[in-house]
Amino acid sequence: MKQMINIALPKGRLGEKAYRVFEEAGYECPSIKEENRKLIFANEEKGIRYFWVKPSDVVIYVERGAADIGIAGKDIILEYSPDIYELADLGMGKCRMAVACKKDFCDDRDRTLRVATKFPNIAKRYYASQSREIDIIKLNGSIEIAPILGLSDVIVDIVETGKTLYENDLEPRETIVDISARLISNKASYKFKNAEISQMCEKIAELVKAL
Amino acid sequence: MSISDKVLKNDEKAIFKLRELYSKYGYSRYKVSKFEEYDLYAGNKSFLISENILTFTDTDGKLMALKPDVTLSIIKNLGDSAKGTHKLYYNENVYRTSAASDGFREIMQTGLECIGELDIYAVCEVIMLARKSLGVISENNILDISHMGFLMGLMENVGIEGKDADFLLDCIGHKNIPAIKAFCAERGVSESDTEDMCAVTALYAPLSEALASIRDIVKGEKMRAAYDELCAVASLIENFGETESIRLDFSTVNDMNYYNGIIFKGFVNGIPDGILSGGRYDSLMQKMGKHTGAIGFAVYLDLLDRLETGKSRYDVDTVLLYDDESDIRLVAELADKLRSEGKTVRTEYKSTKVRYGELVSVTKEGVKTLEAND
Repeated sequence: MKQMINIALPKGRLGEKAYRVFEEAGYECPSIKEENRKLIFANEEKGIRYFWVKPSDVVIYVERGAADIGIAGKDIILEYSPDIYELADLGMGKCRMAVACKKDFCDDRDRTLRVATKFPNIAKRYYASQSREIDIIKLNGSIEIAPILGLSDVIVDIVETGKTLYENDLEPRETIVDISARLISNKASYKFKNAEISQMCEKIAELVKAL
Repeated sequence: MSISDKVLKNDEKAIFKLRELYSKYGYSRYKVSKFEEYDLYAGNKSFLISENILTFTDTDGKLMALKPDVTLSIIKNLGDSAKGTHKLYYNENVYRTSAASDGFREIMQTGLECIGELDIYAVCEVIMLARKSLGVISENNILDISHMGFLMGLMENVGIEGKDADFLLDCIGHKNIPAIKAFCAERGVSESDTEDMCAVTALYAPLSEALASIRDIVKGEKMRAAYDELCAVASLIENFGETESIRLDFSTVNDMNYYNGIIFKGFVNGIPDGILSGGRYDSLMQKMGKHTGAIGFAVYLDLLDRLETGKSRYDVDTVLLYDDESDIRLVAELADKLRSEGKTVRTEYKSTKVRYGELVSVTKEGVKTLEAND
């Protein structure tokens, strides 16, 4: 019997784009394109099962083995530090994790820096490497508003084009790390479904290279 | 005494079988107390799986800890006698946090240590015992072998050390080849060395086959020594007839400050985490002032909860219902008879709430089966 490979895709544009790569690599699942409320889509013949989950949950599904393979942003991987294999860089969903602040903000190392972010672990690590004392403010969305309202001095967030920042009188100052989507795998699945997973990775890495 | 499989949980079954296995190889049971002075752990925190330690103050004011680990206690208690080898196993509850839960948990752990002058045979025996321990838990298992000396040699050859080495080791541990390439390019590592490093990271194959494939990239004294040791292990293991499920995987990494030689990690199908972990920890012995070799492993039995149990849908096989008018002697007789046939039987007065395979009532009219589920 063929072993099914479970793949967790992040809901949204990135997931759809990633699925198209899988499709092109020969792992298509036509039922995924039907308009309905189903959450899981399988192609028994190809031995493959896809499901959509919240982007930040992909690493959890993969680390705990509910999914064998997943597509996750490097930002999520850095934030949660899951015990997984990071098998390929898909080169899509490119952006960067950056520190941004109001255009007229003047940093004063004499004071504790107030940092608003969705990524407290990344922010903590970054400022710890600079031996900087910070006050972390964990927010779940609309991070850009924090410095405008005086909630924080700076924000640590994902910057793609910087348009939202500039429109709100903010500007990116320092880049912490470049981000892109990664193909990740559960460690135990990688052992027990090695032939299938290695083959899939190879095909996808080749396609991505050609992109 | 034989105990029916039905009543034992996966971890309990495993404990008995593992004890039997280790005893057969002449390992003796080592019992340690639940508490240990906190100082023992303070200096070796990164050796522990989680750095959180449950502490309390003893009546004399000493800071004590509930054991998060057994190996450190065993090393501490063994004298520094260079002669002879200690072959020990333990089966203890340890207390630590796990990544999965925020709070402390009591975790049943079984492990084995071989401490003393170690030759290649002793090392192989421990690896085979690790392999057999996995076999006790599930037939579908894999033991991954790696070598810290090999990885350290690989990095020393290209002049990477300190924090950079930790970073690179982390990348190897995640099989993150794009990151390794980027890092090597940044540090000016030559292209061929970078390729070797990526090949080592990507490698995943049965031991002998994998070793043959990397023969040409072995350079330098440290890497050569590690490679030779792995080859010796591979040929001995082949004699034991175990090859397919023992793989070489350098993404199995551990702290360089404690582990210096062969390390390994075991998986069973159905459990997403490694269930067995161990290796050669001479460096830890040195740190603790003992000048001898040591190798060992631990089996994390708490993870066995995740394995399919094949447990019955029913709480009991048969429920015997009786009421005020039933012949009690008949109830007892019937129950005993069914039990002697290997069934689980529960007697209940008038009604029952448990899930049963068969419901039998004993009334003054006699015995009647009211319901029989398959």
